[in-house]
Amino acid sequence: MSATAAAPVKTLPEHHYLNATYGIRSWLLTVDHKRIALLYLVSVTFFFFIGGFFAMLIRLHLLTPSGYLLSADTYNRMFTMHGVAMIFFFLIPSIPAVLGNFFIPLMIGAKDLAFPKINLLSWYVYVVGAAFTLYSMVSGGLDTGWTFYTPLSTIYSNSAVAPAVVGVFITGFSSILTGLNFLVTIHTMRAPGMTWFRLPMFVWAHYATSIVMILGTPVIAITLALAGMERLFGLGFFNPAMGGDPILFQHLFWFYSHPAVYIMILPAMGVISELIPTFARKQLFGYHFVAAASLAIAVIGFLVWTHHMFLTGQSTYAALAFSFLTFLVAIPSAVKTFNWVATLYGGSISFDTPMLYAFGFLGLFLIGGLTGLFLGCLGTDIHIHDTYFVVAHFHYIMVGGAIMGYLGGLHFWWPKMTGRMYPEWLARIAALILFVGFNLTFFPQFLLGYLGMPRRYHVYPPEFQVYNVMSTAGASILAIGYLLPMIYLTWAAFFGKVAGDNPWPATGLEWKTQSPPLTENFEVTPIVTWEPYDFHNRPDLGLDAVASNGVAPAHGDD
Amino acid sequence: MHRTGELYGQFKTLEQQKETATLGMWIFLITEVMFFGGIMLAYALNRHFYYPAFAAGSNTLSLKLGGFNTVVLLASSFTMALAVWSSQVGKKTLISIFLLLTILLGFVFFGVKYVEYSQKFHHHLVPGKKFDIFYCVNNPASCPDVAADELMEESNLLDEAKAADPDLNAHAQLYYSAYFGMTGLHALHMVIGAGLLFWLLKGSLAGRFTPQWNTPVDIVGLYWHFVDIVWIYLFPLLYLIDRHK
Repeated sequence: MSATAAAPVKTLPEHHYLNATYGIRSWLLTVDHKRIALLYLVSVTFFFFIGGFFAMLIRLHLLTPSGYLLSADTYNRMFTMHGVAMIFFFLIPSIPAVLGNFFIPLMIGAKDLAFPKINLLSWYVYVVGAAFTLYSMVSGGLDTGWTFYTPLSTIYSNSAVAPAVVGVFITGFSSILTGLNFLVTIHTMRAPGMTWFRLPMFVWAHYATSIVMILGTPVIAITLALAGMERLFGLGFFNPAMGGDPILFQHLFWFYSHPAVYIMILPAMGVISELIPTFARKQLFGYHFVAAASLAIAVIGFLVWTHHMFLTGQSTYAALAFSFLTFLVAIPSAVKTFNWVATLYGGSISFDTPMLYAFGFLGLFLIGGLTGLFLGCLGTDIHIHDTYFVVAHFHYIMVGGAIMGYLGGLHFWWPKMTGRMYPEWLARIAALILFVGFNLTFFPQFLLGYLGMPRRYHVYPPEFQVYNVMSTAGASILAIGYLLPMIYLTWAAFFGKVAGDNPWPATGLEWKTQSPPLTENFEVTPIVTWEPYDFHNRPDLGLDAVASNGVAPAHGDD
Repeated sequence: MHRTGELYGQFKTLEQQKETATLGMWIFLITEVMFFGGIMLAYALNRHFYYPAFAAGSNTLSLKLGGFNTVVLLASSFTMALAVWSSQVGKKTLISIFLLLTILLGFVFFGVKYVEYSQKFHHHLVPGKKFDIFYCVNNPASCPDVAADELMEESNLLDEAKAADPDLNAHAQLYYSAYFGMTGLHALHMVIGAGLLFWLLKGSLAGRFTPQWNTPVDIVGLYWHFVDIVWIYLFPLLYLIDRHK
């Protein structure tokens, strides 16, 4: 970060969205996208800790080969509820509904999203779905795995499947409404001069994400509706006893749930695309390619779902085609990764906390993405299918990728959201703890899976214990890594140093307004005359002095 | 956000507001296509696997009632289109009249659907433990609403189907799963549509819709036409599987 010489003592602006009105009603009935984002922030954090609690129980249970903590049946419920809480109630809404909700209107120079009331409705829909799922959790939990495979979920399971299915079904509509709102907002609400190719990459990523939400989520909704009606009223599409086909459920389920992975990772990629140019002080390399890669991932993501079903006895030729299409996803992913690295090249890099998360993302996403190719390859998938290799792979993408992006974004924009700065050194240490804890938790699981330890078992052969102990130790460190940001970010929101309008400085439109912003976002609608991530032609950023001091990029431009 | 007349605070112009609302409704309809798409896929696969049972199930539906409802819905789309037109040219009384007609036709549809559903309950054609595709054939006294010659024909068709598919009863249940799943979801959309029409009627009676501002009529119209189109697909898929003999 640049040293701003002897800046005067900063104070918060007199009027902003947080002090515009007071009282519980002003929050629960707000239509301000920024306040709704904070409502989402609180609710997804709640579910993150519920899911984290289940994860901790799973890891403690697996400390010993015979599993001393939980019964087999309870263990099944723990990993199921961990998955349901984390995927449907944390990861899918996390970046879009919190950071996207808060920053898309700010980034495009709009006063709000296109449909503010529908935005609030989406939060209430989320809460109602969450209430059903919580009811399922406290009334005995469910044990079907987060995938709700039939006929276990529809006929045989004795756990509280119905309320959980209803809860996930309802929450899906919150996701649909969010995606719809973003798509329309990006199309019709851009400020004068904010052309499509001046949009920040964060907005492009959310555009692609919204397409996936719009096209995928209705399919999981109808699928869960059919499964739910099968359990409650005896419809028979997925019931082999009536001639129905459980594999059809898997096809429909993964038609959404594979693209759902891109609902989790694309917004994180959007965050990283903001962080890297800002902290490398350099224009994003290959802007058009990174934007197109987001769309390509969204589109190709819809054509790969049966790679979750290679061992269901599907036709070999179908499997070959889907394996090939799965490999294609690697191309836009690699385009993004190489462009980020190329942005770093010759940049003037600073190691602020958000950038540490961006570096963490780069490494972990690389490992997570490349191990995905092992799984997309028909031969190796037979060996590692349903083992801890899969568990490690998708945690590298979802935790190493999506959550690193989420936390990096939270740190980056926290000064804008609250007007206050978090304690920098504590945050750097927390990021480091998180990175170490994450790798210690999940890297041993690659080895476990490769050696043949199946997922979802409550016991394992004694020779696997050493890796399991490493993993549990890592999970404990990881837990500290998550608790720290939660504590100091909350503290900073009230007592942190006042940050100013553009502390980094960054180029986006959201940094042109005050921190925290007005309810209407901008005093007057801004007119955009500059290209994205252009640090050189922006005297308003106050970087000219820095450049002449020789801190400018060591290798010249680009 | 403050509202100035009909312009909500987040927009700059009424044109922008209208464009936004219309785009939003079109995107919502895309999600609806995907939603119905899932159950139509389930239908298509099962019809492919169990054609005799699906044909037999289809033949137990009343072509007259289904055909009548198709005409009713098409007529309601026509009156809805006229309501939209009236709002665009500023004929305020006509808007209310056409909205009311659309609502009435919607309720005629519900009435016919109610008759059909209750028949299916009486004939033991609802998926579940009591499902029995042969119920009326075996208990003619319990099905007084089916004429004797129709029962004879049904009996012959069922015997043929049974010869082609020994597990006819289970597979006919899949047909009825599709029937109730698809028509039930369609009816739910109609109920929501009727609610929206009442809301429009309230607005039009208050004289809110003018040639300058009639977005709600326009986008509810889009929704109503979509629900109509879904039925245009459901009718042949469910009623006309095996009528070409």
